[in-house]
Amino acid sequence: MHPILGHFRRLVLYLAAWGPISAILVYLFVSLTGLSWGRATALALPLCLVYAFVCLSAWYSCRNTPLDNSGSWLAHFAAALVASVLWIGVAKGLAIALSSSHTFAGLDQQMGLAYPLLFGSGVLLYVLAVALHYVLLSNEAAHEAAKREVEARVLARDSELKALKTQVNPHFIFNCLNSISALTSTNPATAREMCVRLAEFLRKTLGLSEKARIPLGEELDLMHAYLSVEQIRFGPRLKFEENTDPEAMKYVVPPLLLQPLLENAIRHGVATLTDGGWVRMEIKTSAAQTLSIRIENNFDGDAPRRKGAGIGLKNVRQRVDTTYGSRARMDVESTPGHFQIAMELPAERAEAAAPQA
Amino acid sequence: MKANRKIRVVIVDDEDLARQIIREMLEPHAEMEIVGECANGFEAVKTVSELKPDLVFLDIQMPKLDGFEVLELIGGEVAVIFVTAYDEHALRAFEVNAVDYVLKPFRAERLEAALERAKQRMGKNQRASADQLAAAAREPGQYAERIVVKDGTRVHIIPVSRLDYAEAQDDYVSLASQGKKYLKQQTISSLEASLDPKSFIRVHRSGLVNLERVARLEPYGKDTHIVILNDGTRLPVSRAGLARLKEFLGEK
Repeated sequence: MHPILGHFRRLVLYLAAWGPISAILVYLFVSLTGLSWGRATALALPLCLVYAFVCLSAWYSCRNTPLDNSGSWLAHFAAALVASVLWIGVAKGLAIALSSSHTFAGLDQQMGLAYPLLFGSGVLLYVLAVALHYVLLSNEAAHEAAKREVEARVLARDSELKALKTQVNPHFIFNCLNSISALTSTNPATAREMCVRLAEFLRKTLGLSEKARIPLGEELDLMHAYLSVEQIRFGPRLKFEENTDPEAMKYVVPPLLLQPLLENAIRHGVATLTDGGWVRMEIKTSAAQTLSIRIENNFDGDAPRRKGAGIGLKNVRQRVDTTYGSRARMDVESTPGHFQIAMELPAERAEAAAPQA
Repeated sequence: MKANRKIRVVIVDDEDLARQIIREMLEPHAEMEIVGECANGFEAVKTVSELKPDLVFLDIQMPKLDGFEVLELIGGEVAVIFVTAYDEHALRAFEVNAVDYVLKPFRAERLEAALERAKQRMGKNQRASADQLAAAAREPGQYAERIVVKDGTRVHIIPVSRLDYAEAQDDYVSLASQGKKYLKQQTISSLEASLDPKSFIRVHRSGLVNLERVARLEPYGKDTHIVILNDGTRLPVSRAGLARLKEFLGEK
């Protein structure tokens, strides 16, 4: 919407500002061309009214050519010339029209010096209008930016809450608390240990979702905190093997990337198997600057799909997509009894990822 | 029930610690005797069928069979207390006449209250019907993905895609899958209600077929038809069944 035409109060203010301008023009007409005050006023007032609206059109060109573009002033100057020439044309027409009446007879013959005057002031006024529109546009842009920033903050908070809700499965917490409750009488030390590990996991989860990237080591810490709790719950039923290339620790990943995948592997794997199951994780780096992560587990192929199957996985896939786009791959392979997720992420170091954060 | 007889209890939960806390809380109750503990659904069905306990503590999310499938197979004769971390199954527990529904973690008092209810319930016949149990064994609003059948102490799991047809036999349905037949205590109407009507068609008062197994329809005598399946099985088709079949087979 036009910043002046679209707002009634601004339009009134803008037209009021043209009052002094037309007064100056009347004075210049009188002193330079020798017109009488009456004739000068009759000529200047309609001309200023017309030109006030012509100058408003500067907004369209201002909007399309940002100020930092060096060529933009040339374009505006050309527009100013065109506008002034048009204005002279209007003035000539007006003078001829007025001179047909008895009061202003012979006006068109007295114009002489009025045309160069109109041309000069036309260019000047148009350029002033351009400047005014740039000020208004930058005001508007600043306002928009502030609004966007607030919106982004609300969205981030939203997604953090959502992440918490989806990442930390409430049933996981209830089952943990039940295990702790069972341990308090038989094995208080383990009960306390489990409380501490659960707290560690929750605390780490809370802080992480605000960040765009975290060092892989931090993500592994979070995953281990989760794993250590599940290890107490499932005991020997849960076997976990990990093989991480120490080189990979230099790189950063989006937070809460591995833990949901591990949770997935346990919930739909180990938890469905009578004699327990295994989860294997392998993290490698390659010369092609990719970080390869593979997580596989076994599961009971006959078991019905548990509720919520695939939500954690979908969430991770979405985040990988929004973070890396086509620079990352994520392949899911499910054969009866065996499930595997293979990811290839661009290997980013902390500094490199920061500007995108 | 004799006054001096102990209440025989089986605890079913796949987590060691979860069984442990129930065991511990039952300790002060001299009238309770724990006769078995099971870590998965198969074991639970076997143990309960063999030992015929009075009361079962039953978890819901377990390997092999979930708590409701276990209950469907062991029938309504045993009193059941569900013990679970999930509150969303409480309504289904109510529908199968469970004694109680205890949420993990719980206080000793909560378990006491459940035991009290169980004692009052014992001896009174409030068993749920086979159909109620079968209906509760699947998630509300969803069609069954598999059918569980008990054969003695053995459990068979038939994925619905491998069910060829079913025939009513008195209080039972005979389920045909890959050349074998399994007998299950359930009415054919209840079975029909649990299956996707786009895949399974009731062709007769006593018959239900998997649409993918249908080879052709043949007239049989005057006014009646039979449906012939891929494996050569011939099943009678009623007039209403014929209309339904034709609708799905597109007037073949």
